[in-house]
Amino acid sequence: MHKDLLRLARAERGVRLHLACCLAAAVAAGLLVLVQAELLAGVLSGRFAVAALFPLALVVASRGLLGWAQGMLAGRAATALKSALRRLLLGRVEGLGPSYRSGELVTLAGRGLDALDPYLTGYLPSVAVAGIVPLAVVVRLFAADLATAVIVVLTLPLIPVFGALVGWTTKAVTERQWRALARLGGHFLDVVRGLPTLRAFGRARYQASVIRRVAEAHRTATMRTLRVAFLSSLVLELVSSLSLALVAVPVGLRLLSGSLDLHTALLVLLLAPEAYLPLRAMGTRFHAAMEGVAAADEAFAVIKPSQGGREKRPRAVRPAPAAESGPPRIRLEDVVVRYPGREEAALDRVSLVVEPGERVAIVGPSGAGKSTLLHLLLGFTTPAEGRVLADDADLADLDLDEWRRRLAFVPQRPHLFAASVADNIALGSAAGPDEIRAAAEAARVAEFAGTLPRGYDTVLGERGANLSAGQRQRIALARAFCRPAAEVLLLDEPTARLDGRSEAAIVAATRRLAEGRTAIIVAHRPAMIELADRVVRLDGGVLVPPVPARSGEAR
Amino acid sequence: MSGAKTDTAISPLSAVTGMGRRLVLAGLAGAAADLAGVALIASAAWLITRAAEQPPLAALSVAIVAVRAFATSRGVFRYGERLAGHDVALRAQAGTRERLYRALIPAGPLPQRGADLLSRMVDDTDAVQDLLVRCLLPAAAALITGVAAVVVAGFLLPAAALVLAVGLLVAGVLLPAGTAAAARRWSARIAPARADLAARVADLVHGAADLAAYGARDRALAAAMDADGRLSRLERGQARINAAALGVGVLAQGLTVVAVVLTAQAAGLGRVATAVAALTSLVAFEPVLPLAAAGERFAGVVAALRRLGETAATPPAVREPAEPAPAPEPPLTVEVEDLVVRHGGREPALNGVSLTLTPGRRVAVVGPSGAGKSTLLSALMRTVEIESGSIRLNGVDVRRLSSDDVRALITGLTQDPYVFQATVRDNLRLAGPEASEEEVEAAVRRARLDAWAERTGWDTVLGEDGRTVSGGQLQRLALARALLYDPPVLLLDEPAEALDEETAGLLMADLLDATRGRTTLLVTHRLRGLEQVDEIVVLEGGRVTQRGTHADLVAVPGYYRDLWESEALTRRA
Repeated sequence: MHKDLLRLARAERGVRLHLACCLAAAVAAGLLVLVQAELLAGVLSGRFAVAALFPLALVVASRGLLGWAQGMLAGRAATALKSALRRLLLGRVEGLGPSYRSGELVTLAGRGLDALDPYLTGYLPSVAVAGIVPLAVVVRLFAADLATAVIVVLTLPLIPVFGALVGWTTKAVTERQWRALARLGGHFLDVVRGLPTLRAFGRARYQASVIRRVAEAHRTATMRTLRVAFLSSLVLELVSSLSLALVAVPVGLRLLSGSLDLHTALLVLLLAPEAYLPLRAMGTRFHAAMEGVAAADEAFAVIKPSQGGREKRPRAVRPAPAAESGPPRIRLEDVVVRYPGREEAALDRVSLVVEPGERVAIVGPSGAGKSTLLHLLLGFTTPAEGRVLADDADLADLDLDEWRRRLAFVPQRPHLFAASVADNIALGSAAGPDEIRAAAEAARVAEFAGTLPRGYDTVLGERGANLSAGQRQRIALARAFCRPAAEVLLLDEPTARLDGRSEAAIVAATRRLAEGRTAIIVAHRPAMIELADRVVRLDGGVLVPPVPARSGEAR
Repeated sequence: MSGAKTDTAISPLSAVTGMGRRLVLAGLAGAAADLAGVALIASAAWLITRAAEQPPLAALSVAIVAVRAFATSRGVFRYGERLAGHDVALRAQAGTRERLYRALIPAGPLPQRGADLLSRMVDDTDAVQDLLVRCLLPAAAALITGVAAVVVAGFLLPAAALVLAVGLLVAGVLLPAGTAAAARRWSARIAPARADLAARVADLVHGAADLAAYGARDRALAAAMDADGRLSRLERGQARINAAALGVGVLAQGLTVVAVVLTAQAAGLGRVATAVAALTSLVAFEPVLPLAAAGERFAGVVAALRRLGETAATPPAVREPAEPAPAPEPPLTVEVEDLVVRHGGREPALNGVSLTLTPGRRVAVVGPSGAGKSTLLSALMRTVEIESGSIRLNGVDVRRLSSDDVRALITGLTQDPYVFQATVRDNLRLAGPEASEEEVEAAVRRARLDAWAERTGWDTVLGEDGRTVSGGQLQRLALARALLYDPPVLLLDEPAEALDEETAGLLMADLLDATRGRTTLLVTHRLRGLEQVDEIVVLEGGRVTQRGTHADLVAVPGYYRDLWESEALTRRA
């Protein structure tokens, strides 16, 4: 079994119990087949009376019951394990920061984990059965008829040996071909996605013939792969059915000579296939199981680094400086931030002091490190060198949750959650309806909330109502308004994608929001920059000499 | 049944048309493999029980040969069945995909759908494979085997045959029908739970920054795990059904054998015949029992094919004329008059827009997002239907032309350009398959993509599995395509979108240079350089609120002057 998965299954009580019972039920049902064969052979050979059909029916009923239990327990184990994995995966989200390959993670935590179902409900029970039942059959055969037992013992290993041999000799070929298949399979999706582009250049109809050609190539390649891949199952099938012939014919001849009784002969005939069946059943589930293993690998690749990461840097739970003292004095001391996989530092020895109540605009070309600076203050990234201080306390030592409670952050592209407008505004705060209304008024959400189908109860998000970029920004600003206790305002180009009119609304709201607070605003547009007491310019991760705010002079 | 059928209907039946012979072959191979399995056990049972009566060896020789022959042929037939079955399934899938694609070619509402839905649709075409390999072919083989087993039993003892038939019907017909019905019911409940979980997970991941900053992560995580719990409960319910089906199948098999033996004993059937009847019954269930799982899959397959059928049957966005008028020859004059376009039942996206593009004239359309700028371009490209008003090309109403002809005349850089999984060269060449190497390079140069193309390599594969393309490069690639295609009327939808200020400025300057003297309609929200165009149309709320040259528009208060002043300030800063 998959190592990490096994560890997780052991740790989760719901999984451990159900999985263990499920495997036990599968093995028990497998062993009952032996009893069934015994009884059936007895009745057919005339050794047992017809009354023996009653216990036979009971055995059959028990097998049915065990099959039902196995399926149910497997379902329980699978859902419990998927839930546990999902919890671990989603728990990792924050650590990855906002920029991790998010699409992949969403898919993995959703449908991706479903690939584990066949692994848990099909493959694992079949492995347990394959490990025990053939052994039991062989033991019974030894007791019944030595010659048959020897034939079975000699041929049985051929199944894993041939399976491995065929698999091993064709591994490289099949792997290469599966990769090619995945590429060809992706072609159709690619064309369908790009259809509007093809249409724009009059190439849509031509592509239909390309699709046919590619599909033909895909089929030929697949069949070439399958001819080899199915060889292993041909070998397995042949070994098991020829072994049956190898058993049945000598048994018949020995019956003829009178050296064997009918009961034993029938028992051998019924039991022999049962020795091969579990191995073949395991083989047929192997491919689906490998997909489950791949999904598990992917999941643990995301989950695992967190364990190492957490050990690396234990967070002291020192309380954040008392909130009554008003906005903190924020100081960056020679801060260097590096992102993995990138040579140049995102921020290079940046020193900056923001006084309580000061409004600072950060300007600079894209990629200069402006957003990194905000992420640093939010604790999304940590400095490789240097320190970030809030009232002389190192941010690295603070309880991040408590520190963030003192911040209000408006990102460049705020996310709207699949929840109502009101819940989207109240995000993370315990604000009541009146407070939410007030925040909505202040951020000028109220202006458009009335036009939404269900007002403040309208559900937003991917599947919800569509809002324009300006409306989204206003909801994000309302979130900030909903936290009266926040002393530091962090704004990341809140008007970057807005037209002039929406911008004016956001600027007016921001001006009000910044009153009595420290504000650090990443800005491009003049109207936003005008709000600041001071303008700080970043270029290539370095602070360039400060410029007095132009607007400040003008006023 | 010839493959020349070009209808676009998609149904379980249409998926397999044109391959009857291959299908029969695959079905027969499967049935032969199953029959060989049954015959192997039956002949072995006969051999053993008859041998126990100690007849002369000659009486057994046929059975011995039969046992060996069936043992060998079973594996070979199975191998043949699997190959033939997959071959036929892949052919069916290819046919379904092509039919689906042909149905999608006329502009439908697809572009509005998310990428997620598109990949689901493509996954749905895989259902055809499952339909054949996992449902129809096994069912056919099971049917033939079952009938054969009942016939054999009938020769031995008609009453036993009846018992066997009943057992097989329960396991092979009632059980799959039950699992199919249950799967239909459960998937109707599971699908929304799954979507709910996906939405919560997406919120957690995509909204990670917002949640962390606002300390709302724990609550969102709890909401996601609640959704997970609801889905888990439903999945457990479904597992219960499948488990019950498994149990009932085992029960049906075992009890049928018991009943057959009982019937045979009661009828005083001989030992040999009883053993053969019992073991034949036992093995006859082997191809039948997997049908319960096939029934479950069948429900999914049918749903997938129905979804495809609905997609394929979606009426195209624009009505094509029965007899298209000949396409007008360039140079083209485009006259838009009182154009009204509406998406669905909403407010009109365009509400009485008029403009004229004479040959060589360049017109810019500006306005806030949602003003209808892109809708205007879609109407010109005939991918949305006109509600009222008209668009005329050299006096010919576009509704009298085929939409392909219109797009051959009016096209360019559209919204959301797509990068195909293909080389840089092929990604460009799709806009000019016949263009010379020099022409391709010239287009790339004019789109300022040359440095990137050289650095990346012309034969580097782009797209999902290949090299990623940044937003700015994507835009330039799309521009290079548009310039390469060189339509009589060039449309440019936000060419500087997603570029940083500096490159955007450079690109717009180059663009205005490259389009001098070319009939162009430019949609933009960047005003720098627009003093060069002949006319600027300000679109707000689907209506033209201002029009004139740059000089005219900055002279009067309004959207244009507001935006111009805001932009001028940015440049100074």
